[in-house]
Amino acid sequence: MADQIPLSMTVNGRIRRGRGEPRLTLADFLREQALCTGVHLGCEHGVCGSCTVLMDGEAVRSCLLFAVQAEGADITTVEGLAPDDETLHPVQEAFRDCHGLQCGFCTPGFVVSVAAFLEANPDPSDDEIRHGIAGNLCRCTGYQGIVAATRQAADAMRGGGR
Amino acid sequence: MSSTAAAARYVGQSVKRLEDPRLVTGHGRYVDDIVLAGMLHVAFGRSDLARAAITRLDISAAEALEGVYAVFTAADLNPHNDSLRASMHPPEVPAPPANMLADGDVRFVGDPYVMVVAQSRYIAEDALDLIDAEFEPLDPVVDYETAADSENHVHPELGGNLAHDLPVSNPAQQEVFASAARVVTETWHQHRQTNVPMETRGIVASWQPHAGVMEVWASTQSPHEIQLVGARVLGIGEHKMVVHFGDVGGGFGQKMFLGREDMAVLVAAKLLGCPLKWIEDRRENLLASNHARIEQMTVSMAVDEDGRFLAADLDQLEDDGAYPLGGPATPGAMAAMLYPGPYRMGPVSWRARTVYTNTCGRGAYRGPWQMESVAREQMIDRVAQKIGMDPLELRRRNVLKPEDLPYAVSTGLSFETTISPDQTLEQAAAMIGYDDFRAEQAQAREQGRYLGLGIALYIEPTSMGMGPLGTESAMLRVEVDGHVNVFMGTGSHGQSLETTMAQLVADELGVRPEDVTLHQGHGSGYGFGTGGSRSAVIAGSAARAAASGVREKAVAIAAHLMEASADDLEVADGVISVKGTPSATMTMAQVAVTAYLNSDALPEGMEAGLEHTARYKAPPSTHSNACHICTCELDPGTGKVTLLRYVVSEDCGVLINPMVVDGQIAGGVVQGIGGVLYEHCVYDESGNPLASTFLDYLVPTAAEVPELETGHVVVPSDTPGGHKGTGEGGAIGAPPAVFNAVADALAPFGVHPNRQPLDPSTVLGLIASASA
Repeated sequence: MADQIPLSMTVNGRIRRGRGEPRLTLADFLREQALCTGVHLGCEHGVCGSCTVLMDGEAVRSCLLFAVQAEGADITTVEGLAPDDETLHPVQEAFRDCHGLQCGFCTPGFVVSVAAFLEANPDPSDDEIRHGIAGNLCRCTGYQGIVAATRQAADAMRGGGR
Repeated sequence: MSSTAAAARYVGQSVKRLEDPRLVTGHGRYVDDIVLAGMLHVAFGRSDLARAAITRLDISAAEALEGVYAVFTAADLNPHNDSLRASMHPPEVPAPPANMLADGDVRFVGDPYVMVVAQSRYIAEDALDLIDAEFEPLDPVVDYETAADSENHVHPELGGNLAHDLPVSNPAQQEVFASAARVVTETWHQHRQTNVPMETRGIVASWQPHAGVMEVWASTQSPHEIQLVGARVLGIGEHKMVVHFGDVGGGFGQKMFLGREDMAVLVAAKLLGCPLKWIEDRRENLLASNHARIEQMTVSMAVDEDGRFLAADLDQLEDDGAYPLGGPATPGAMAAMLYPGPYRMGPVSWRARTVYTNTCGRGAYRGPWQMESVAREQMIDRVAQKIGMDPLELRRRNVLKPEDLPYAVSTGLSFETTISPDQTLEQAAAMIGYDDFRAEQAQAREQGRYLGLGIALYIEPTSMGMGPLGTESAMLRVEVDGHVNVFMGTGSHGQSLETTMAQLVADELGVRPEDVTLHQGHGSGYGFGTGGSRSAVIAGSAARAAASGVREKAVAIAAHLMEASADDLEVADGVISVKGTPSATMTMAQVAVTAYLNSDALPEGMEAGLEHTARYKAPPSTHSNACHICTCELDPGTGKVTLLRYVVSEDCGVLINPMVVDGQIAGGVVQGIGGVLYEHCVYDESGNPLASTFLDYLVPTAAEVPELETGHVVVPSDTPGGHKGTGEGGAIGAPPAVFNAVADALAPFGVHPNRQPLDPSTVLGLIASASA
C-alpha cells in the first residue's frame, strides 16, 4: 500500500480532514471521510455526472479527481445547498415541484450541475437548458421534469434575486 | 362500503412526492451508503474471453496481499448453494448449471470466476491483479440465429443450445393463408440493449453466527425474492432472513431477481461470519448484469383487398445468453400470444424459441415481451405500404372497437370491456395533427427534406395475477398518535409508491398522505415486489383494503364514543365527524388512544388495537392501452434522425397521481428512443463486448429527446380502484413508433429497414444501398 497522505479541505462550509493514498478519488473521500453520501457514483468514468460537486464554485466530476487535487479547496456537495433542514434550495424545490426525479440516484449530480449552470446562465432558453444539462444522465424521467425544473428554478432564482 | 367512505380527495391529484425532500438534498440511503462495523469489500475477477477452459488458477499471491481476508473460487462457494433457482423458474425446466463462480471453464466475457474479500474495494481490485490464471480459449457460440443448430454447446450439461421451443400450430390460420388475397412476410430484428439503472447492482450481507440470522441490504425491486431465494441458497429459514429495503436507484427489471454475484456474497458472508459489501461498477453492469431485446420475429400476415387482417403466422427467436438473470424465461411465448394486440387479427399460429449463447445473460427489461408491439406495428406499416393504404387508415379499419369487447384473442388471451385502443388511436392522431403533418411532409419532400411519422398502438398486460405475481399484502396500523404505518411487499425504486400508496390510504382511511409512511422489506408480507406494471393495481388494492378495514373499526369506535350511528359519520384528514354537525368530531388520534391505551372503553367484545392486514389477489391481467405517434426529420447527408414531436395517448384507468403517470410514460419513451437510435451492446464475432463504458453505450441525454405531449383516456378497470398498470408502457410503444417514423422518412429512397439500431451509419448505409 502506498503512503497515506493527510488531506484537508472545506466541505459545505466546514473543514474536513482525513487521510488517503494518492489514488483515493475525491468522490470516495467525500463519501467516506467527509460523510457526504449524497455524492453518488454512477459510472466512475466521468460520463454520468451523478458525482458532480462544486470545487471553488465550479462544477466538477468528483470521480475523475483525486482527493489530493482538492487539497485546500472549497467543496460544495448537494448536502450543502439547502439553507437549513426545513428549506430547500430553489433548484431542489423545482425538482420536487416538476417531478424532476424518480429513483433519485442521479439527482444530486443534476441538482448541483443545474445550480452551477444557472449561476453562469441565469436566463437560459429551452435549447440552452437541454444542452446545459446534457452532461448528466438520468434513466428514469426522460428529462421532461428536469428540463421543466431547470426552467422553474431559473425563474425563481432571478425573481428571488439569488 | 358503508356510508363512511371518504370522497376521493387525494387520488387523482398530482400530490408532491413524499420521497423527494430527502432525495433532492442527498439524504437518500442507497445500498452503498450502508456501512457496518467490521464490513469488508468484495470484487469479482471476471473472464476476458467468451469461452475458455481455466487451465491454471493460482490465488496465493492475491491471498498474501496485505488487507486481503479471503479469496474464493468455485470450489469454495458453489457447494454451499442449495439452489440458485429464481422463484419464477419452475424446477422441472432445465437450466444452466447452478454455480455462483465459473467452475473449470468460463462461458461469457464477464463470467465471474474468483471473488476477493478485502479491507477496501481498492485493495480487493489490487488483489485481482495478482490472480495468476491461464485460459485456453474455446470456440464460442456468438450468433444466436445459428445457435440452435450448432453442435457447439454453450452448456454441455444441457446437450444443446435450445432453451425453449414452443410451437403452436393453428389449422384455421393455414386455411386462411391458402385462400388469402395477399400474404406479406418480413423478419423484424431488435438488438442487444441493457437496462442501465443509474445505480448499479449492490448488496450488503451480514451474518450473525449463533443467532443464525442473515441481515441484508440490497438494491432490489423485490425484497421478498431475496428473502425467499436467499434463505434457500443459504439453507436457513425465512424467519432468519432479514432483508432491509432502502432507496433503490432504478432497475427496469434488472433488480427483480438475485444475480450469481448476490448469491456469492450471501454465501461468502456466512462462511466468513462478517459483513460484506459488493457494489457493481459500471463496466460490470454493462458487461455482466443482463442484456435484453436480442430477438427477431418472422411475421406473415394475410390481408384482404380492403386491408382487413385475416390471419398471422409468427416465428420468434430470442437470445438467452449464457446465464439468463432470473432463469431461462421465455417472453417469446407471451410476445406471440400478444401479437394480435388491439386489432381483430384472425387465427394465429406461432413458434417461440430461446437459445443459449456465450454472451451476457438475458434478463427482464421494461416490457420484456414488447417484441409483439415492435413486430406488429412495424408490420402494419409494411402492409400499408404494400397495399398502398395510409397506415392510420389501416389501423382504423382493424382496431378493436367497443362493440368487439370483451374480445377473445385466437391465441387464448382475452381482453376485457375496459380497454380503449380506438379512443387512444384517435386522441393521438388528433394531438399530432395527422392530416396537417401529412401535408407538411409532402411539401417538405418537394423541398428535398425528409420527414417521417410513426404510429404504435398497443395493449399492455399489466398486473398479471398468476403464480408468484398474483398477490400483494398490506399490513396497516394506526399508531397511538393517529399516524399511519403501512407495511407492503413492494420494492419502489422510482415509481413513487411512498406517495401513491399514501394517497390511496389517505382517501380510504380518511387521513392526509403526509400522515402515512410506507415500509417495504423486512416486516412486510410476501409480495413479488415492484415490476411488471403491477404495484398500482395489486399493491394498491391491498393498501385500499387494509385501510378500509381500519376505517370501519375507527368509525365503529368513534360511533360508540360519540354515541352516534356509524352511518352518520364521515372521516377526512384525520378527523371523524357527524355529517351535518361540524362541531361533533373526534380525531383519529383520539380513537387510537382509546384502541390501545384505554381499551376498556371500546365497544363490548371489540378487539383492542387499530390495525388490519389485507391481501389482494389480482385477476389474470388488467390491460392498459396506449398510442404513440412521433415525427422526425432525417438528414440524408449525415444519416442523423431528429425527433420533432412525440405524443402519447394512454389509458391507465383511474390515475392515482397524474404527475407520476406522466413521469413513468416519459421515462419509458426515452428508453425506447434510446434503444432504436443510440443504445447497442455490440459484440464482435469472437464474443468480445465492445460497449463497456458510457462512451460506447449511448444513453440518451436531454439534448437528444423532444418534449413529450401526453393525453389521457380514462376508462376505469374492474379492479377496486379502477386503476391499470402503466410502468412499462412507454418502453413498449416507443420503439416501433420511432422505427416507423424513420422508416417513413426513408420511404422516398425506396428502402425499408427491418432491423435496429437506426444509427447514422445504418441510415446512411440504407440510403446508399438504394442508390447503388
